[in-house]
Amino acid sequence: MTDTLQAALSPRTRPATPGPLSASRTFGWRAMLKIKHVPQQLLDVTAVPIMFTLLFTFLFGGALAGSTSAYAQFAIPGILVQTVVFITMYTGVAINTDISKGVFDRFRSLAVWRPSLILGGLSADLARYTFAGAIVFVLGVALGFRPESAPGVVAAMALLLLFALCLTTIWIIFGLVMQTPEGVMNAAMMILFPLVFTTNIWVSESTMPGWLQAVVKVNPVTRVVIAVRELMDGTVNAGNIGWALLSCVAVAAIFAPITMLLYNRKLRS
Amino acid sequence: MPLDTPLAIEASGLEKSFAATRAVCGVDLSVRTGTVYGFLGPNGAGKTTTIRMLATLLIPDGGTASVLGYDVVREADEVRRRVSLTGQYASVDEQLTGRENLVLIGRLLGLRRGEAKARADELLDAFDFTAAAGRQVETYSGGMRRRLDIAGSIVVTPDLMFLDEPTTGLDPRSRSQVWDIIRALVAQGTTVLLTTQYLDEADQLADRIAVIDRGTVIAEGTSAELKSSVGQGVLHVRLVDAQQRELGQQVLARTLGADVHLESEPTALTASVTDPERVSRALTELSRSDVGIAEFALGQPSLDEVFFALTGHAAEEATDDETDFDQEDAA
Repeated sequence: MTDTLQAALSPRTRPATPGPLSASRTFGWRAMLKIKHVPQQLLDVTAVPIMFTLLFTFLFGGALAGSTSAYAQFAIPGILVQTVVFITMYTGVAINTDISKGVFDRFRSLAVWRPSLILGGLSADLARYTFAGAIVFVLGVALGFRPESAPGVVAAMALLLLFALCLTTIWIIFGLVMQTPEGVMNAAMMILFPLVFTTNIWVSESTMPGWLQAVVKVNPVTRVVIAVRELMDGTVNAGNIGWALLSCVAVAAIFAPITMLLYNRKLRS
Repeated sequence: MPLDTPLAIEASGLEKSFAATRAVCGVDLSVRTGTVYGFLGPNGAGKTTTIRMLATLLIPDGGTASVLGYDVVREADEVRRRVSLTGQYASVDEQLTGRENLVLIGRLLGLRRGEAKARADELLDAFDFTAAAGRQVETYSGGMRRRLDIAGSIVVTPDLMFLDEPTTGLDPRSRSQVWDIIRALVAQGTTVLLTTQYLDEADQLADRIAVIDRGTVIAEGTSAELKSSVGQGVLHVRLVDAQQRELGQQVLARTLGADVHLESEPTALTASVTDPERVSRALTELSRSDVGIAEFALGQPSLDEVFFALTGHAAEEATDDETDFDQEDAA
């Protein structure tokens, strides 16, 4: 081993440090490799939404809307939002796993552009969100969901991805602060369940008591669901799109600065 | 090593606390380029914290340090470009394969895709990884992980390498492999700062050693200098007859000119030796006085004894329940 070792160690020139884009792409490549090596990740992302979709449309569809397909027409855009919103927490889990294993030390001892680890991870997350969204959409169509506008579907998905990225900033904070990946997941669930269920995803808020209607109306997820529904139905109301975008911006404006602060502190304490 | 070689590491008064714990309290350090410097101390002594400050992972609370001429706080990226760190816990991605780990590091260091792949294959070959290269790291043994981690640290050969307890928890074979790698690195011109809890490791590899305990450097020098600070050696004598021990003690004390200790075993005597020449005379004097010698031995003091002499406690003893790493995590 010694000869090849000596040869492998022979001094060579130091390459220039990669730029922000190159470093982010490398981290994105790493995150995609993880999907390849641990395909269970995708199972988590797809099995639960499939179950939810089938359960609600078949079990409650008749009672809530008269038929499975009629309920699918109402509920699928919301289920799409719910699906993607739930899996945003895995970003926080991934960051926490990197930190609790030693590999984070390797990354921060390199002279790469600091946010590239997060941005690279997000690029793979977008692929994951799109994949999960596509599964729900196809299943929905099979159950009788008929979107009215193809460009509307694309726009709705784009809006949903934007919202998902903004939400991610919250889970990254959890990932930086909590001790274990399980802790991140539990804490995220505590927030995600009320966040996703106090909305108009499953039933119209008009059926709820007044105080709950008020809660549902200020929930940013509700705002996104309304916009996604309208975009897919082709009944776009500029005001509701504006509310949805404002919800994205509000979430990001509150949490992104905290995320960056904690991240920079974690890089060097 | 010529004395006028420039310093690779220069630190003065480094301090770092985590919550209520003062992990490092005023460490001064100068390491010459091209040498191996050993940081020796028990768990919780502040070794890891010091190395992490020098490797720009922690900002010192006080003091200054420059590595390869760059300030570790103000010019951290310049330092990072030139050094690499192999941590106490192998810093590799367990879900990726060995090859993917090395390609990843190569890309992050600025190699082009093809270059990174070629370099990964070259290193995998040199480190005997060929068969395991395509397997996920989570299937690797501790020794393989550590070797992969070191391979990752030399994807671009660094000017200075930090090795934090590179052989802790390794079996003897992996340990000697890691030693070979370190020696090869040094032969090629890389400066190495390594921490260890193992006295023989510091003795084997390091040109100079700093003994660190409770956050301060309590002794510094070459292995030989540290040993001579507790005497040239130790003479152990076991007598035939326990009755003669007092007489033996007097004779030895007179001829060696040193204190002679009575061991708990009733026939045993030990004395520290400043001049080995006197030992043969002392032994001759003993038989001339009709003191029967059953056994004698002249030993170099081990670094264990050095550590004990310097700190008053054995090297294995942890000064804190937590390791450096845990303390930092809690902060």
